[in-house]
Amino acid sequence: MELTVGPNPFFWDAASWRDFYSRLADEAPVERVVLGELVCSKRLPFYQAEIPVAVERLRAAGKAVALTSLALVTLKRERNLTAELVDAGVEVEVNDLTALAHVPPGAAFSVGPLVNVYNEGTLGWLAGRGAARVCLPPELPPGSVEVLAKVGVPVEVWGWGRLPLAISARCYHARLHDRAKDNCQFVCDRDPDGRAVDTLDGQRFLAVNGVQTLSAACASAAHSVERLREAGVAGLRLQPQSEGFVEICKLFRALLEGRIGPAEVDAKARPLAPGGRFCDGFLTGAPGVAWSG
Amino acid sequence: MFGHAPEIPVFPGAMTAPLRLAPLAPMGVALTLVARRLIARHPGLIARLGEHGDKRFAIDPTDLPLTLLMHPHPTHTRITLYRRPPEADARIAGPLAGLLGLVHGAYDGDALFFSRDLVIEGDTSAALALRNAIDDAELDLGAEIAALAGPFGAVLAPLIAAMQRVSGVALTRVEGGMA
Amino acid sequence: MMELVCPAGTPAALRAAVEAGAHAIYCGFADETNARNFPGLNFSREELADGIAFAHRHGAKVLVAINTFPAAGRQAVWHRAVADAEAAGADAVILADLGLVAHVAEAHPGLRRHLSVQAAAANPDVINFYAENFGVRRVVLPRVLTVAEITAINREIDVETEVFVFGGLCVMAEGRCSLSSYATGLSPNMNGVCSPPSHVVYAEEGETLAARLGGFTIQKAAKGAPAPYPTLCKGCFSSGGVTGHVFEDPASLDASELIPALAKAGVTALKIEGRQRSRAYVREVVRSFRAAVEAVDAGRPLPVGQLARLSEGQAATTGAYAKTWR
Repeated sequence: MELTVGPNPFFWDAASWRDFYSRLADEAPVERVVLGELVCSKRLPFYQAEIPVAVERLRAAGKAVALTSLALVTLKRERNLTAELVDAGVEVEVNDLTALAHVPPGAAFSVGPLVNVYNEGTLGWLAGRGAARVCLPPELPPGSVEVLAKVGVPVEVWGWGRLPLAISARCYHARLHDRAKDNCQFVCDRDPDGRAVDTLDGQRFLAVNGVQTLSAACASAAHSVERLREAGVAGLRLQPQSEGFVEICKLFRALLEGRIGPAEVDAKARPLAPGGRFCDGFLTGAPGVAWSG
Repeated sequence: MFGHAPEIPVFPGAMTAPLRLAPLAPMGVALTLVARRLIARHPGLIARLGEHGDKRFAIDPTDLPLTLLMHPHPTHTRITLYRRPPEADARIAGPLAGLLGLVHGAYDGDALFFSRDLVIEGDTSAALALRNAIDDAELDLGAEIAALAGPFGAVLAPLIAAMQRVSGVALTRVEGGMA
Repeated sequence: MMELVCPAGTPAALRAAVEAGAHAIYCGFADETNARNFPGLNFSREELADGIAFAHRHGAKVLVAINTFPAAGRQAVWHRAVADAEAAGADAVILADLGLVAHVAEAHPGLRRHLSVQAAAANPDVINFYAENFGVRRVVLPRVLTVAEITAINREIDVETEVFVFGGLCVMAEGRCSLSSYATGLSPNMNGVCSPPSHVVYAEEGETLAARLGGFTIQKAAKGAPAPYPTLCKGCFSSGGVTGHVFEDPASLDASELIPALAKAGVTALKIEGRQRSRAYVREVVRSFRAAVEAVDAGRPLPVGQLARLSEGQAATTGAYAKTWR
């Protein structure tokens, strides 16, 4: 199985962003890296210039690279950004079907976890259109993963990180700061791994990241790796986080190579997990928040 | 109309006094007959309950001194009356006029539930299934009870009389219909 | 006149909607193929055929929502639903899944295809993609767009648009939300339910009534005080010292005042949410909105009083149609 680093959903300043991808290129034992802006088009100007540099550095390090589309495209500016993606000379990861409308027929692309690929009909259609690789939506139950892993397109499964649960036109970070989205002053940069949303009884529940809603718990596929491998899953997707991410990549590499077991991954990864707790319910057919470890 | 609590008439205690003395068993038998006739004529009721067709529903008119326990069945539905709320899978409680208004299409269940004029306890899914099944059946309880002649009709007299003493209670369907 | 598309969770509600002046009714089968898969709701094959015949006798159309995402390995259930809807005489099917849309375009080319709000097609590029590849004739726009954006979309597409004007409001892009399955294991996309009643538990804590979903406390209200259904995204939460409705207030959508603007924006059809509501509700809401679209069509002012009654006492919002909502 391979490891893919998914796009960073959070808003980091340009220096942190650059350092993150430099370290990834130099130190992380992963096959593929998807980068670019997934969540909010307003963030892009702050680090856009770093993207081509990071692409070159990652490629030089022998990693396959793809550029993500935005998760929700509504504005004219966002449509233009999406159309221009396919001209960048880098494989596009479609995370809103809008991007697919711009991919020339026959050109290779990949599909990210925010596109609804629930069945072999959809997967087959996308493969016919040129999809070379598909990361399945995190909420897919194990039975569906098993069916889709046999269709013939390499499929990835969510391996690590707070789960992307929803996307909205409304910015919750701005709302929590009593600001309009158009005048958000980029407050989402204060929470480099998302802002916790707890229940009134103090249960850790969700996290917000601009217009995105994530799980409070950090998903980990560590206990499902054997089953996923047997099912024919081609890779695990690891979501960037502000601290300790290279260590996470190394732990999962060691797990895939059988050098350590899931319990050791749990023990070493827990201090690094955003929110400090694990979940893997979607992978076992339970509610997503459940944890089998 | 649907957003706020509709003003549901509540029975003054004095009007329900005769019910406190009425023997419950014969009234339960009579209501059982009414329910079986209803279900025979509206088989969709049971079909709509689906997996909840075998649950026990406590229907609690909060302004009457009794609770109905309904155990639905395609042919052997049973209704038993209790002075105190019995064990049930789901309990639906509210003023009698509200419960009747739901049956007769005068009120919206969601609106009564949001305003807490209607309280659902226990198996929420079963209660919703019952509510939706009844809404679809377009029942007319007044006509059904009126059609029940003889001694069985007579034992329901105190209940019917109590209902009729309060104006504004939707005893019959409020709407017409197109063919 | 703008087409009024009205909900029916039961045959009785379908008849009520037709009688109250609906131009079209949308409904679904009583299973996981539609996004309002609630206990006691929806249509058997026979009920659908009867309902369609009733609607057609009175000049109304029936649109069948088959708008969940077929489960891998069990797509036949969804394919059969489409075939049965066509056989029953449906005027269109409302679809969300890419693979299912492709299947219907190929296997049922004569059946009109509408794109469900669950497909979250939010811009002209993706709408044209569905139109060109699958012959989709109408798209139900996600509730994330402003009136100005809807106007701009209609200038760049050839298919009809349908927008929600009244009823429940999703704050997330529809079809792209897993909050419910995260907490309960049941999701709108796979199971046709959100925040399902089977996972709701009410608990009395002194003078407070707490509503929990899948064990998570979604809201607390004083006992006896009005309390909305505990839908996840409309719950009350706390974040970094701020307590409140982090995602959305428990308000419902009322865009009735925007009907003239939506007409001007080139919208073909207005949709009313509420397949889970009673026939009484459907009748009243449809009657009021029929009067409103007739007024707009005749160039008369909106019957404001009649519309205001519908959401009286309840928090209402124009949602994303106003840019400030974001």
